Amino acid sequence: MTTGTGNIVAPLPFPTAARRELADGQLRANLRRATHTIRDKRLRVVGEVPDWPALRRSGAAIKDDVLARLPELLEQFEAAATAAGATVHWARDATEACTLVTELVQRTGSTEVVKVKSMATQEIGLNEALAEVGIEAVETDLAELIVQLADDTPSHILVPAIHYNRRQIRDIFASRMPGVDLDKLTDDPPALAEAARRHLRAKFLSAKVAISGANFAVAETGTLVVVESEGNGRMCLTLPETLISVVGVEKLLPTFRDLEVFLQLLPRSSTGERMNPYTSLWTGVTPGDGPQTLHIVLVDNGRTETLADPVGRQALRCIRCSACLNVCPVYERVGGHAYGSVYPGPIGAILSPQMTGPDAGANRTLPYASTLCGACFDACPVRIDIPEVLVHLRQRGVDARRGRPSAERTAMRALAWTMRDRRRYAAALRAARRGAAPLRLVTGARGQVRRLPWPLSAWTASRDAPLPAGRTFRDWWAGRDRTGGEGTGGDRG
Amino acid sequence: MGTVDRSARDEILARIRAVRPDEPVSVPREYRTGPVAGGTVGEPGEAEAAALDGELIELLVDRLVDYRATVRRCAPQDVPGALAELLGEVPTVVVPPGAPVRWLSAYLGRIRRDGDPEPLTVADLDAPGVAVVTGCAVAIAQTGTLLLDGAPDQGRRLLSLVPDHHLCVVRAGQVVGGVPEALARLADPTRPTTLVSGPSATSDIELDRVEGVHGPRRLDVLVVTD
Ligand code: SF4
Repeated sequence: MTTGTGNIVAPLPFPTAARRELADGQLRANLRRATHTIRDKRLRVVGEVPDWPALRRSGAAIKDDVLARLPELLEQFEAAATAAGATVHWARDATEACTLVTELVQRTGSTEVVKVKSMATQEIGLNEALAEVGIEAVETDLAELIVQLADDTPSHILVPAIHYNRRQIRDIFASRMPGVDLDKLTDDPPALAEAARRHLRAKFLSAKVAISGANFAVAETGTLVVVESEGNGRMCLTLPETLISVVGVEKLLPTFRDLEVFLQLLPRSSTGERMNPYTSLWTGVTPGDGPQTLHIVLVDNGRTETLADPVGRQALRCIRCSACLNVCPVYERVGGHAYGSVYPGPIGAILSPQMTGPDAGANRTLPYASTLCGACFDACPVRIDIPEVLVHLRQRGVDARRGRPSAERTAMRALAWTMRDRRRYAAALRAARRGAAPLRLVTGARGQVRRLPWPLSAWTASRDAPLPAGRTFRDWWAGRDRTGGEGTGGDRG
Repeated sequence: MGTVDRSARDEILARIRAVRPDEPVSVPREYRTGPVAGGTVGEPGEAEAAALDGELIELLVDRLVDYRATVRRCAPQDVPGALAELLGEVPTVVVPPGAPVRWLSAYLGRIRRDGDPEPLTVADLDAPGVAVVTGCAVAIAQTGTLLLDGAPDQGRRLLSLVPDHHLCVVRAGQVVGGVPEALARLADPTRPTTLVSGPSATSDIELDRVEGVHGPRRLDVLVVTD
């Protein structure tokens, strides 16, 4: 079975990466404010829906039904989308998906494409692949644009530039945005949004090709759905001649009616709004309205591998709302970059290692990026029992190494034993640091503790590799796929 | 793309067949799919239905105002006056092919109808001082959402996207309680459909909400009641 590749491989063991991020006070303050603001809003709008528990149960069951009938539903989707005028392509992994999309863009003759924020295209490393053949991919979501102009990577699924404040964003625009009007550019958010509007409007009006993901794909009708706020999605989905949509195979819903559940669950869980400003639904091509050429690329990239695990497969229900990030005490402290994958936080900790298999990079350490407090499960709109999967993956990681004697195996086993059930773990935490918050265990009093107390000490002792000398974590992370190091998924088309 | 590589398709489908769960799943649907207003749930009788309609409109207006849309209410005969007032000094108004002529009978500026004689270009729509007036397919009270499905009084998607000012006319009979009723009302779900909830917005900079990025920065809603 082919495993997933691309930007889903943690290059560093989680504690090592976390320690680096913890030193960034700005990041921590921003994250804390962001996660708390969004989660308070979420609680308010979820509280006004009396049938929320029933919606969650339906959402989980619909997704489980999709996983049980996935081959039939994919064929049904392909047939419906094709009948409506789309061309459906299939990609086994990130490399294949990038190659496919690159060829499709090259065929149009365009050297610039506009993009709607999409986790799937970040996962497969599409922008990098396009850049290699001289095609510029312009991110049009404001936060993605900030991150792209800064040559950085997103730190949150939903608010990717949350680690920058307004002054920093102004400076990024001033130095990196071509043709920006410096006289009008202040650090006032409306002025910054206006600068982005002007910069991108020219791109929207001239672009011939757009690339999107999809939040949902309806098998019954062949319909794709994109949920967004700014209108950049509508621009990309409406104005260009050619649209290429990259969609994970698990994004399916059986029927159009199922959207009635997910269009309630997603906005409230995600941005804490009753409804996001814009949702676009389109089916194939419509003469005289929107792109006249539509390519849909269905991507596996390790999803099958994930589906094979009866406990872990529930991670494929995920609708990428990021509610679990916002309630996670670990994420709040370390931020998205520490997880080394485009999927951060609790969902990343169970999704990345399953998609790649445990031997990719340091992904086997990701299931330990949790205190098993259970807040993620309570917040999850599709009832993914993340703590259950975390414990399961820890155990699986240890079992896989059985018979291969190594210091690490012993360490992982000690850790797994400790973390296998919540009570034992809680006791270890208490022993470790009386009365302190769980994360103090990893970070220490000044965020610099190098070892965990027994029984976790063996693990830190063996995994706690220092950063490569003379390079920052960001540099190293950004450059890792070009150096061809191990576990990089360095397979860009 | 002339040919599609079938081997990836067949391999992925075979892999999934080999590992997927074999238990069939039954999907419970105990959530609300019927009328709702202000959080109440239930099947209304005739008297309640009339009261409910009033409540739904109150709720819709409340939600739209919360998104910082401009909301006006008027009787059917007052639509032209109300629209002219909302448009104020706007020099050019764009309308979809099937928008009722009387809507703009009191408006004094220039009116351009899409497809009459030619389809409007993006440059036409992007010109300064252009507003667009459309109807909608259905509106959701609970979430303050307008659904546009490309019917003749709504037109192509770019009409309600590129101009910086969108006015939407909602008839009382188009207002439903929640998301399930609204989706069930769509005549053809495979038509390009857009759900609009307030003006375009971003919270990407320090979570400060800024109205208006790429979609229309001003959204006016005219609710027509008897
Ligand atoms: S795991 Fe659940 S809470 Fe987390 S992003 Fe996915 S759907 Fe949202």
